[in-house]
Amino acid sequence: MLDQNQKIRWLVRPALFVASLIPLAVLIGRVLHNDLGANPVETINRYTGDWVLRFLLITLAVTPLRRMSGWNTLLRFRRMFGLFAFFYATLHFLSYVWLDQFFALDAIIKDVAKRLYITVGFTCFVLLIPLAVTSTNGMIRRMGARRWQQLHRLVYFIAIGGIVHYLWLVKSDLTQPLIYGAILAVLLGFRLWGKIRRAPVPAATGGSS
Amino acid sequence: MFLIRKPTDIKSSEITPKDVYLNRRQFMRGLAAVAATGVSAALWPESSRAGQKLLNVRKGAFATDEKQTPFKDVTSYNNFYEFGTDKRDPAQHAQNFRTFPWSIAIEGEVKKPAVYQMEDLLRHQTLEERIYRLRCVEAWSMVVPWIGFPLSDVIKRVQPTSRAKFVEFVTLHDPAQMPGQRPGLLGAGLDWPYVEGLRMDEAMHPLAILAVGLYGEVLPNQNGAPLRLVVPWKYGFKSIKSIVKIRFVEKQPLTTWGKANAQEYGFYSNVNPAVDHPRWSQASERRLGEDTLFAPKRKTLPFNGYAEQVASLYTGMDLKKYF
Repeated sequence: MLDQNQKIRWLVRPALFVASLIPLAVLIGRVLHNDLGANPVETINRYTGDWVLRFLLITLAVTPLRRMSGWNTLLRFRRMFGLFAFFYATLHFLSYVWLDQFFALDAIIKDVAKRLYITVGFTCFVLLIPLAVTSTNGMIRRMGARRWQQLHRLVYFIAIGGIVHYLWLVKSDLTQPLIYGAILAVLLGFRLWGKIRRAPVPAATGGSS
Repeated sequence: MFLIRKPTDIKSSEITPKDVYLNRRQFMRGLAAVAATGVSAALWPESSRAGQKLLNVRKGAFATDEKQTPFKDVTSYNNFYEFGTDKRDPAQHAQNFRTFPWSIAIEGEVKKPAVYQMEDLLRHQTLEERIYRLRCVEAWSMVVPWIGFPLSDVIKRVQPTSRAKFVEFVTLHDPAQMPGQRPGLLGAGLDWPYVEGLRMDEAMHPLAILAVGLYGEVLPNQNGAPLRLVVPWKYGFKSIKSIVKIRFVEKQPLTTWGKANAQEYGFYSNVNPAVDHPRWSQASERRLGEDTLFAPKRKTLPFNGYAEQVASLYTGMDLKKYF
């Protein structure tokens, strides 16, 4: 019989891991079935970009949900969601560098320097790298919880940058990026509100926000 | 043995398909019209709807021999914000769009202002096929076999006055039929109705056509049925769809995209690889339906490859300023 801890470790987390790979599986299925519409490159690029934003929002939803529900176990999935955000960001970046630009380095450099939405998107991707690299338990120990946490607060700016990246890309219909933006505002607002109120944190180890 | 076959014995392949049957009736009616008028009139169906075959279409003078973008792509990947901002929206939401009856008002600085019924506008009009490149401002392109007639034919017929310096085009405004025009929380971010414009000499240019069909049939609704402009040397958004009004004016019209963002969408909007959109490069493009997933983009040509025909319209103009 598995105890609570083992259930999470051997059942819940693997299930969430597999679930997080479903978007990739769906994309691969669409590629194989030639079901990417008239502009496959654009489809792949938008699709992977959407999933970066979604995983960033899921990751940022962990803390508010934990606080509200008191279910501290949620914290044990946060790293995985964050790494999936990085995973899909890598695919998104690759779809741009490879499929869209075909490794035309001069064009890419020009884009990153000149096109503000690409500048922002590229910066966010680069900023995600140190977060992914320092996501291991060993790195947390080595850095110390406090410094580690300070570094990982970067994710707030990365998420905001991700929304701005999307907002600056669309031609006139802002609906989609604004929906993402509204959800992010709620998630960040929750933290800000907690900080202002100095609300007592339910007993949780580390007390990370 | 079996002189009278039961209906089930007749192979379905032996039955004349309905559209062929309908076309035959149309064809006969067309012949009658030709006989009556003595001119080679186009066989424009009296109550046209998307998908009907267009007969008696001439090969036009301007035709690229590049590979044509598959019908499926041309008709499923559309920027027609009146039916939604997603490329797949128009094909879905325009299915029941009513394109008959349809009238086009000719107004402004003309000697013969009038409101034409679609079939009257087309009555003595020869239809021709024009296989054009279409370059979208979003850096993708297609090759489309349009069916239409020179815009100049209509202009000559209505006789603009000397004060007519520009031609303004207006799309239907009908939020009941066009969900994208309904006031939403945010909407498409554009002012309706959609307005576009051309300078008089641009409008008179033989490359500029009014299209009523593509791939040999009546325009699918999502492609701007029943009547749309096609100006192949300009970005796609200049080629306004579902036109209900053509107005001759003295001043340069204020276009919909120009109103939405004057820095990004100029009045001329000639395809120009040397002038980038402020947010992305226009130097290259992706040819839909042809370039595979792992192919580099192709270089965009000045005036979308029609420089030889149209560059003279802009002699002495600073195309960076008048983008």
